[in-house]
Amino acid sequence: MTPNGILQILAFFGLVAAVAKPLGAHMARLFTGERTFLHPLLRPLERLCYKLAGVREDVEQRWTQYAGSLLSFSFFSFLFTYLIQRLQGWLPWNPAGFGTGRAPSNATAMTADLAFNTAASFVANTNWQSYMGETTVSYFVQMAVLTVQNFVSAAVGVAVAVALIRGFARQEANSVGNFWVDLTRAVVYVFLPLSLLGALFLCSQGVIQNWSAYTHATTLEGATQVIAQGPVASQEAIKLIGTNGGGFFNANSSHPFENPTPLTNLIEILMIFIVPAGLTYTFGRMVGDQRQGWAIFGAMSLLFLIGAFIVYGAEQAGNPNLARLGVETSATDAQPGGNMEGKEVRFGIAATSLFATVTTAASCGAVNSMHDSFTALGGLIPLFNMQSGEVIFGGTGAGLYGMLLFAILAVFIAGLMVGRTPEYLGKKIEGKEVKMAMLAILATSATILLFTGASSVIEFAKDSYWNGSHGAATGNLNNGGPHGFSEILYAFTSGAANNGSAFAGISANTPWYNLTIGLAMLFGRFLIIIPMLAVAGSLAAKKKLAITSGTLPTHGALFVILLAGTVVIVGALTFFPALSLGPIVEHLLMLQGRLF
Amino acid sequence: MTTSTLTPDPSADPTELLPKKLAHARPLFDSEILRRAVWDSFVKLNPAKLCKNPVIFVVEAGAAVTTILLIRDIATSAAGTGFNLQITLWLWFTVLFANFAEAMAEARGKAQADSLRKTKSDSVAQRVAANGRTETVSASQLRAGDLVICEAGDTIPGDGEVVEGIATVDESVITGESAPVIRESGGDRSAVTGGTRVLSDRITIKITSNPGETFLDRMIALIEGAQRHKTPNEVALNILIAGLTLVFLLAVVTLQPFSQYSVAAAGAGSVPGVAVLVSLLVCLIPTTIGGLLSAIGIAGMDRVMQHNVLAMSGKAVEAAGDVNTLLLDKTGTITIGNRQAAEFIPVKGVTELELAEAAQLSSLADETPEGRSVVVLAKEKYGLRGRELSHHEAGFIPFSAHTRMSGVDINGSQLRKGATDSIIQFVEEHGGTVPGELREIADRISRQGGTPLAVSNGRRTLGVINLKDVVKGGMKKRLAQLRRMGITTVMITGDNPLTAAAIAAEAGVDSFLAQASPADKLNYIKKEQASGHLVAMTGDGTNDAPALAQADVGLAMNTGTMAAKEAGNMVDLDSNPTKLIEVVAIGKQLLITRGALTTFSVANDVAKYFAIIPAMFMATYPALGALNIMGLHSPKSAVLAAVIFNALIIIALVPLALRGVKYRPAGAGALLRRNLLLYGLGGLIVPFPGIWAIDQIVHVLGLA
Repeated sequence: MTPNGILQILAFFGLVAAVAKPLGAHMARLFTGERTFLHPLLRPLERLCYKLAGVREDVEQRWTQYAGSLLSFSFFSFLFTYLIQRLQGWLPWNPAGFGTGRAPSNATAMTADLAFNTAASFVANTNWQSYMGETTVSYFVQMAVLTVQNFVSAAVGVAVAVALIRGFARQEANSVGNFWVDLTRAVVYVFLPLSLLGALFLCSQGVIQNWSAYTHATTLEGATQVIAQGPVASQEAIKLIGTNGGGFFNANSSHPFENPTPLTNLIEILMIFIVPAGLTYTFGRMVGDQRQGWAIFGAMSLLFLIGAFIVYGAEQAGNPNLARLGVETSATDAQPGGNMEGKEVRFGIAATSLFATVTTAASCGAVNSMHDSFTALGGLIPLFNMQSGEVIFGGTGAGLYGMLLFAILAVFIAGLMVGRTPEYLGKKIEGKEVKMAMLAILATSATILLFTGASSVIEFAKDSYWNGSHGAATGNLNNGGPHGFSEILYAFTSGAANNGSAFAGISANTPWYNLTIGLAMLFGRFLIIIPMLAVAGSLAAKKKLAITSGTLPTHGALFVILLAGTVVIVGALTFFPALSLGPIVEHLLMLQGRLF
Repeated sequence: MTTSTLTPDPSADPTELLPKKLAHARPLFDSEILRRAVWDSFVKLNPAKLCKNPVIFVVEAGAAVTTILLIRDIATSAAGTGFNLQITLWLWFTVLFANFAEAMAEARGKAQADSLRKTKSDSVAQRVAANGRTETVSASQLRAGDLVICEAGDTIPGDGEVVEGIATVDESVITGESAPVIRESGGDRSAVTGGTRVLSDRITIKITSNPGETFLDRMIALIEGAQRHKTPNEVALNILIAGLTLVFLLAVVTLQPFSQYSVAAAGAGSVPGVAVLVSLLVCLIPTTIGGLLSAIGIAGMDRVMQHNVLAMSGKAVEAAGDVNTLLLDKTGTITIGNRQAAEFIPVKGVTELELAEAAQLSSLADETPEGRSVVVLAKEKYGLRGRELSHHEAGFIPFSAHTRMSGVDINGSQLRKGATDSIIQFVEEHGGTVPGELREIADRISRQGGTPLAVSNGRRTLGVINLKDVVKGGMKKRLAQLRRMGITTVMITGDNPLTAAAIAAEAGVDSFLAQASPADKLNYIKKEQASGHLVAMTGDGTNDAPALAQADVGLAMNTGTMAAKEAGNMVDLDSNPTKLIEVVAIGKQLLITRGALTTFSVANDVAKYFAIIPAMFMATYPALGALNIMGLHSPKSAVLAAVIFNALIIIALVPLALRGVKYRPAGAGALLRRNLLLYGLGGLIVPFPGIWAIDQIVHVLGLA
């Protein structure tokens, strides 16, 4: 690790901490129904939305109604996204002619399974991309469905988090808010203005925004190169701010048109973290004790910084086998040293490690490098960030409600140890809350483990429908041994955790993987949201207990460590066997000189 | 319970929240209980019963699978049966050990119930028939509403209320206390319990419960656990450990395909066998807490019982741990029952000695504790000896509620002591004038929490006796401990606010409710509950019943009325209101024990992973040997050592589960830090040397 690299990571964290409070306070005002400084400008737009949709903003919903609205909204979003993709050939803004007879020869067909996978992916705020942006979908699809989903799926996550916060904040109430209002407000007052600013900034730094046809350029060697174009900046900003991660181009944020400079790189990772970090402050403000919000922020920060430095340390240390061959692997003035494979020279090792940690900690999934090329340990952390439930800031809203789920578990066990029925923020944690928290944890771990298990052994006839020319599901892997296993594990982990980043190294666009990863994303999203809303409803109905010195304190350093420890222990106990057969053994073998 | 007098050892430090040792408490292990528990451990193998405990049920299912495979292997004389046999045996031991823990807790209760049941022989009763004559019927024929007559030597045939007469009753069956108590009609001492014995006199009792529903029946049922429902907290914890079990089931089941891939990719080793996978599963699922959970609950109830408190449900005991406001009656709880004379304050012109002498004389016939204390004080302070006075030389004036004073007419003197106003009136009626000083002294005493008793001799005013409430020894310290636990104490008293404030300050309670009527008590509880507090209180009178019912924890005194006992959710057989503090501590201890063992159980898993995972894949990926940080001898001995450790730790923790973890009153933060270190970090570390040592033994014995 170089001082410069360490400084980059710490400076970034300082920026996150600085932005969390003002943004969090803005969201707290917004979701408690107060006027914000944006109201004079945006209130008409908000009212217009209600008018068009026939929403009565003063009507509150019980948790079941809230969940019903959310599910129906997501279902129709899914249907719409699926259909538009399939019909793109008949729709406008399609200069490359995808889905028509004049599509370029290297285009990928938008098959039913691919459209299913993509629709599930964008509705679940995952943005796993089995398709390649520049060779599969038209500008219309990118803008009218994918970008729109980037906004609304992020807002759905925020809505769930807000409903859960209300569960803690209210007492003896039977409603948790109005889904349509929360959704609209999150889009209009949070994501829209932030994305507008972000897109303008990115444009100013060289990110493209056009509807041009692809450029055919002649290279110095005289070969023809097709340079993809498109309305990139507008999608780029929300891709990050909404922790979506679905790149306009297949290369995602390592593509110079998406992420041209070290400055844009810094701002892009900042954009990933601001809403999740801000929501911790919103939480504290809304439950009436800001120390509670900072405690959540503290636990997230602790896990984030540990992860970031492990990745950076592992990547900067590089591969000892190269050093043994006499190759210079330490950083010098002339070269970055360490493991530069799969990384962009303009970002370097620290900024790349930071991006990888941030994008997997928050369930963003944008990448500025190929995680497949990381060292075993460098790849282990992104994997573990996702397996621990995407709670290290996490997705917009999803990170907060995921972390609160762990807080419920931590408080339950620790609360017993202080000799009282466990309570969190004055609410008793009882059978129902524990049941829902366990259901949510089971949903993700079962999805990851069962699909990974099935894919490690399932065989298909060669050239059958399910897996095409690959035959067995392991035939899609680029690498063998433990690294190949990590590729499967990473794919399902990324899907079920709603991250969407790719380890790469696995050709996932086959009906088998499109279907299983698609299902993993839906399970990982909605089988957590529903239990969490049930918890919100159950908590809201409870009386708030008085806080005394006999109450477990949930704002101090001890609780921060306890919460972070719970996240790590639950994740580690669940996935240790799988990880030991993947990155852990790969690392041990690397030390012995065997690579994959 | 006749065998156990369960009052706390008087030599114990009264300031300890939980006495270390209860006099005559049953020992943790005795041969009779052990025998019964061992037998029951096998009875409990019945899967239909065991399935209520998901964790141990999974272990049993695993043991059954390995047994079947073992039989198949033996039949086909396959290799490696020795190892599989040992694994199978230890899996069955794991189930048995868990069963044993529960059986131990239950057997202790059953032994207690048996001794109770012995006293519950079917007695005969003299029932008063409709025509007024008595008839002899069997006690089991009595119904609520019947009238029965009991005389000296009779066993009271059922629970009821004395409607006529007064008698001394031996209640040692219920309370273990051999001193007889008085039961009389009317008032708050009218309740009698079936099974107790009348020692003297004759009483008419109105039966209030039907056979099978009596106090004794309820006690037996509670002790035997027949009515033992899982408490809300236990249910939640069960869900947690069942959920964890499912997570680990997934982790282990999917390890099969993962290893299939790995074996194929590495081209070496073999997929772990079923016995090893089951071993890993059993080691990972929280068997420690799963096996001990119900024992902890039963033992907690039992501990309450050993303090001679009868809790109507486990839920009530848990609620006691949650309490954050404690309503304590002043008299009998915070102060010793009676006020005592503390000083004599004469008015100007009167010597202290003169006042003391007059006060002593006027109190000689006063048999109230206050009166006696005046005599004692005069003797201690001025060496005045109380004289025996006969009715011939003196005319005693007893206290009456109307005159509010008492005294003696002797040698022409009219000595009186009583309420200030009454004495002033008396003096003025006799043509005397009362110095203004008297009232000043009286007011000052009131302000300081004392009760002034004015003394006069005919038309002369002599002075004032200061009767003080005496705070019980050690009370201040106990109240301070409660504060550290985050519990607010509220003193309830009929005194005026001035007096109440002074005593509250002296005892160190957080607040007080003065001039409290039963309705005030009820409203106070409701107000506290509305602001999110859980309230506990004690009570004995019928007029306490609504408040007892409203409180989250209502501890009724056994000497109290039936209505009070019905309304509360606990009855203290010793009728000691201070017991509430112990009950709170037991409730907390119960919850802490559960949390501590859960944490310990989960923390143990880390070491087990380090034992089993490298053992499983040593052949496939020799590099994973780096994870074998304990340096276990062979894959087989590693797996065996982990399974043995997992089984033995259950047995090792049985005493802890039955006794409860050590509880020291402290704030939540301090408790959490301590218990996390002890059971979290401890649970993380302990298995490493444990498994290592077992591996050494297994290796030396050549078992694997």
